[in-house]
Amino acid sequence: MFYREAGDFKTSYAADQQTFPIAFDRYRYWAVLAIAIGVVPFFINDYWANAVLLPFLIYAIAAIGLNILTGYCGQVSLGTGGFMAVGAYASYKLMTAFPDLNFVLVVLLSGGVTAAVGMIFGLPSLRIKGFYLAVATLAAQFFLVWLFNKVPWFYNYSASGQINAPERTIFGHAVTGAAASPTAKYLFCLFFVILLAVVARNLTRGRIGRSWMSIRDMDIAAEIIGVNPLRTKLSAFAISSFFVGVAGALFFSVYLGAVEVTEAFGIQKSFLVLFMIIIGGLGSIFGSFAGAAFMVLLPVLLKNVMVGSLGWPTDIAAHFEFIIVGALIMFFLIVEPHGLAQLWRILKEKLRLWPFPH
Amino acid sequence: MTFKRTAAVALTALMAASPALADLVFPSLSYRTGPYAANGIPFADGYADYFTLVNERDGGIGGVPARVLECETGYNTEKGVECYESTKGEGALVYQPLSTGITYQLIPKASADGIPIHSMGYGRTSAANGKVFPWVFNYPANYWNGASHAVNHVLDLNGGDLSGKKIALVYHNSAYGKEPIRTLEELSAKHGFELSLLPVDHPGQEQKSQWLQIRREKPDYVFMWGWGVMNQVAIQEAANIRFPMENFVGIWWSGSENDVIPAGDGANGYKALALHNTGSDFPVFDDIQKYVVDAGKAAGAGDQIGTVLYNRGLYAAMLAVEAAKKAQEIHGTADITPAMMRDGMEALEISEESQAALGMPNFGPTFTVSCENHGGPGLGAVQQWDAAAQTWSLITDFGPSDMEVIGALIEEDSAAYAAENGIEPACS
Repeated sequence: MFYREAGDFKTSYAADQQTFPIAFDRYRYWAVLAIAIGVVPFFINDYWANAVLLPFLIYAIAAIGLNILTGYCGQVSLGTGGFMAVGAYASYKLMTAFPDLNFVLVVLLSGGVTAAVGMIFGLPSLRIKGFYLAVATLAAQFFLVWLFNKVPWFYNYSASGQINAPERTIFGHAVTGAAASPTAKYLFCLFFVILLAVVARNLTRGRIGRSWMSIRDMDIAAEIIGVNPLRTKLSAFAISSFFVGVAGALFFSVYLGAVEVTEAFGIQKSFLVLFMIIIGGLGSIFGSFAGAAFMVLLPVLLKNVMVGSLGWPTDIAAHFEFIIVGALIMFFLIVEPHGLAQLWRILKEKLRLWPFPH
Repeated sequence: MTFKRTAAVALTALMAASPALADLVFPSLSYRTGPYAANGIPFADGYADYFTLVNERDGGIGGVPARVLECETGYNTEKGVECYESTKGEGALVYQPLSTGITYQLIPKASADGIPIHSMGYGRTSAANGKVFPWVFNYPANYWNGASHAVNHVLDLNGGDLSGKKIALVYHNSAYGKEPIRTLEELSAKHGFELSLLPVDHPGQEQKSQWLQIRREKPDYVFMWGWGVMNQVAIQEAANIRFPMENFVGIWWSGSENDVIPAGDGANGYKALALHNTGSDFPVFDDIQKYVVDAGKAAGAGDQIGTVLYNRGLYAAMLAVEAAKKAQEIHGTADITPAMMRDGMEALEISEESQAALGMPNFGPTFTVSCENHGGPGLGAVQQWDAAAQTWSLITDFGPSDMEVIGALIEEDSAAYAAENGIEPACS
């Protein structure tokens, strides 16, 4: 009834090619943005920012990044945690070496450094594929974590090897450090999420995205029709790593404020982000958000229900949380192997016909 | 529908979390799950049981009941942050993060929110400088004291001369394990022993190469900064290469029953540092039996009483209760705020008499806290494992550490932190 193409006339190519061709989708998109920018900042408190929204937004960036590489270009990567660490340590080194550098620039440069590192580790993808590439990126994960633990230059020779984010301000408002208000931190991360999601969405539906998808679907055929595998795969690694690096920089400086590489960027982080995109949906920007929400928000919600309102002992609640999240992952993957994004797509197909399915 | 409603209730409860002034809230960031659960459970049980005892026996602290707010972190920093944010609104008086990573995380946050942190025997060592870290306390001893205690112990064994001796440090390759290195390097220069460093990566199940190196280099003593499964593996490996156990000294986090029992008789004679006394041979345990266990109010399974880490939780809770009493005394009100709690912690005095009055004679070292020194005098003892009797027992008194070396290091590290974060060191 509301969700339909009929009557939604396009009079220009630009209108015909826009991201959300259906009017209802467009309104929903603008409504979500309006709420995220105009409403949430007025109600956000420390708990909602630090425990719920910041991790969601930051993991969403990381998931979009990995989705570009794995979902769109078909290169399996288990190095996400290591690349996030590169972003985090790059931002730390930049923040401490150039205290006056604008923090937005710091985050973007950290992404750039990660992109360069990602390209180096992407080189083997030209020769090896599938599981073998996954193992090669796993090596990247372990190597990078080892490196940041081993070489004291990366953590400025501090006694413990921890890195701490000093305070940085944007327009006079602190966004990192303890004095940062939840609103400032939230809006700062939201800015990057919106910016990067729009960039990713437009990259994936343009020429570059199509070349990625052709490599994913059949690399030999893609090569025959003139897609350069070197440039395509390396661009996927670079752009994916850029996103992951930005996520790592925000994760360290805005969200946690202090990290230790083995604990924060270990192999479990790589798996977590990989699970996000598998559950959310490979090759879908919406799926990256859905997967991040599923993996970040659900445990917090379950914990609050079981400990907060039912008053269960914390250890039993923690075990139940594993069971329920695990069971739901299996349930969703059995019901819909293409992830939450596919469920959403099916729902939209149904909505187009609703309420007259015949 | 019910699920939805409960979820909605949970969310509204969360948003409306306002400080309840009816009781004194002591959050316990515990880990009863995850890789370090075996160590986290006894500590959390001991911490909770002492507050239950105080409520049941004394009717609370100064007449106000204490409430322990437990939150599961799984030793995970992100969950620790969630726990901190969800409990601080309830009027939390003091945080015991029980993880070096989470402590580093909370130091700036809690300082900005004005809630004290007590990292007892872990966390950031230089937080002992109260001029730079007004909200962080790490009495009665910290890792650098620990490093010095271990060196002092071997000094005693060698008649005060360590020149030419070789000491190896087997450490967890993380912020926690790296803490003693600076101190040991300084001490090695001072006493002329040779120090070799052997990092073990998390979680520490694979230590063959490290112990092969020890077998080759034949150090006179091995120190260990380990946690969780790493301790068990190291002790087993040491037993396998027949390293003399009495020359193997662990930090206080490497000296619980969990660590030595798997190695069986091989662990006999293994030493660890101690912040507090061992066993359950204290009058306070009779009270715990009577008011907590027999009343069916013991935390967890109630099977940890008297273990080393249970005692540590008990000790941490005792120090928190004493600090709260002190705060009530200073401010003349029973309903204390976190800021008052901080004043109480800063004025804390633990003497022989006060411990005896609590039914814990000689349970921990005697110490006083001041604004300049949030770490206390750094007293510690050495305990040794008797595999036949399955007991830990203290083999030394609570002795001093080399504060000349440590004090300088604390001054240096905290000055660097103050400069990095624009803090003006001062005593209020």
